[in-house]
Amino acid sequence: MPFYVSPEQVMKDKADYARKGIARGRSVVVIAYADGLLFVAENASRALHKISEIYDRIAFAAVGKYNEFENLRVAGVRVADLRGFSYDRRDVTARGLANVYAQTLGTIFTETPKPYEVEIVVAEVGDAADDDQIYRLTYDGSVADEHGFVAMGGHAEQIGATVREGYVDGLALSDALGLAVRALATIDGETRELPAAQLEVAVLDRHRPRRKFRRLVGPALERVLPAATPG
Amino acid sequence: MADVVGVPGRLPAEFFTAGVTSFAEFLATHSPDSLPSRRTAPPLPMASEVPHGTTIVAACHTTGVTMAGDRRATMGNIIAQRDMEKVFQADEFSVVGIAGTAGTALEVVRLFQVELEHYEKLEGTPLSLDGKANRLASLIRANLAMALQGLAVVPLFAGYDLEADDPARAGRILSYDVTGGRYEEHAFHSVGSGSAFARGALKKLYREDFGETDAVLACIHALYDAADDDSATGGPDLTRRIWPLVLSVTADGVRKLGEEEIAALVHRVVEERMISPGGPIASMG
Repeated sequence: MPFYVSPEQVMKDKADYARKGIARGRSVVVIAYADGLLFVAENASRALHKISEIYDRIAFAAVGKYNEFENLRVAGVRVADLRGFSYDRRDVTARGLANVYAQTLGTIFTETPKPYEVEIVVAEVGDAADDDQIYRLTYDGSVADEHGFVAMGGHAEQIGATVREGYVDGLALSDALGLAVRALATIDGETRELPAAQLEVAVLDRHRPRRKFRRLVGPALERVLPAATPG
Repeated sequence: MADVVGVPGRLPAEFFTAGVTSFAEFLATHSPDSLPSRRTAPPLPMASEVPHGTTIVAACHTTGVTMAGDRRATMGNIIAQRDMEKVFQADEFSVVGIAGTAGTALEVVRLFQVELEHYEKLEGTPLSLDGKANRLASLIRANLAMALQGLAVVPLFAGYDLEADDPARAGRILSYDVTGGRYEEHAFHSVGSGSAFARGALKKLYREDFGETDAVLACIHALYDAADDDSATGGPDLTRRIWPLVLSVTADGVRKLGEEEIAALVHRVVEERMISPGGPIASMG
């Protein structure tokens, strides 16, 4: 048992641990489309969600250890509702939430023995595509301001590369959905079948009144899934 | 937001408590002074120094339930506001109307709306209608100390019960007293200073087979009669075009009746009253 461990080593070990935990899990893709933001996760469970509503225009998506990102989700809903109640609904922003999450994740990473094995996205839909915001936060509290799309979880680089090839601004919903499913299903050159039952899909639709978040399930999802899923 | 001593930069523990789905409960641990009920009651009764809101009516019909409220807020003999809104959408399938102290009532409604949405976001599914009614009861109960000093909040709650066996009876009305007691009402109900007159009118006008439009007309008549006999209830202001506020809840959700729709119905009522000032005559058999 070493008498002294350098801080660099401690941080590197924590970072490696967190990254490994995240890489083990299934992935989530966020893609900006014409009417807002699309979230697609590979998720066979109907009860345990990786994608959730935080506030009127704000959604939360996560990969990694479920109980840890569920903690963060619940805290985020409380922060958002508290701000909206204390001030006004319009004063709740994804940027504000991302800052809170960054502080919390950063503190957890440095102060606690075990870091959270999570990577999260906090996204806000605007009235126009230019006003959409996507923030990606990693296990150590780093925040990145993303544009167009985000892929996180296991095989994130491969999935991100597939999305980048097919992404353009202003995609229609079914095209964006087809791209996301293709990216999630294509690993190391092999394409698996990802039917609707294995997917968790949600959108932040800027044309909806007040609450922009909507899950796509059952017949509503089947209708927008492109007819030919690679098999 | 306060930081926990010793762990700066991290959200305090109450943000991470598992199993708490109530926003009001969370506020009680995090910032209790935001709760309307935590304000200390004034030492002396002060009812006539703060604005009060008045008559609210609700009536069930075959496709749901309708709630209507007048627009007047009074402070003693002064009209504090001519166009006050006292009926609110609580969530997708329920509405709440408030009589009593205007300021406190608006705070309670606001907290109630956040409470319902908060639960739905945390749990992924909305509360049952009875669950919502119970949450409202506890918010009213918490206000009892202030109510006894004249700052009462008396809500009327109505909603479309998605779990009802008979869709024609899915509209439900619940009333409350200042101790938070909640009571299921049948067919119609009214609260506020003009409620006795409104209820008397509805007793003679109401039919079990009312559709939505008939129910709205009956509510407008009832509010008209309340304004006729209670100075704290306002009748329709034809010159300023200030109409009763009417919300209807059906299987499609909550709908606020538009300006033109209400104006047309109010004008119809007023024209009938020009001929028969006491309202539609009920036959004796």
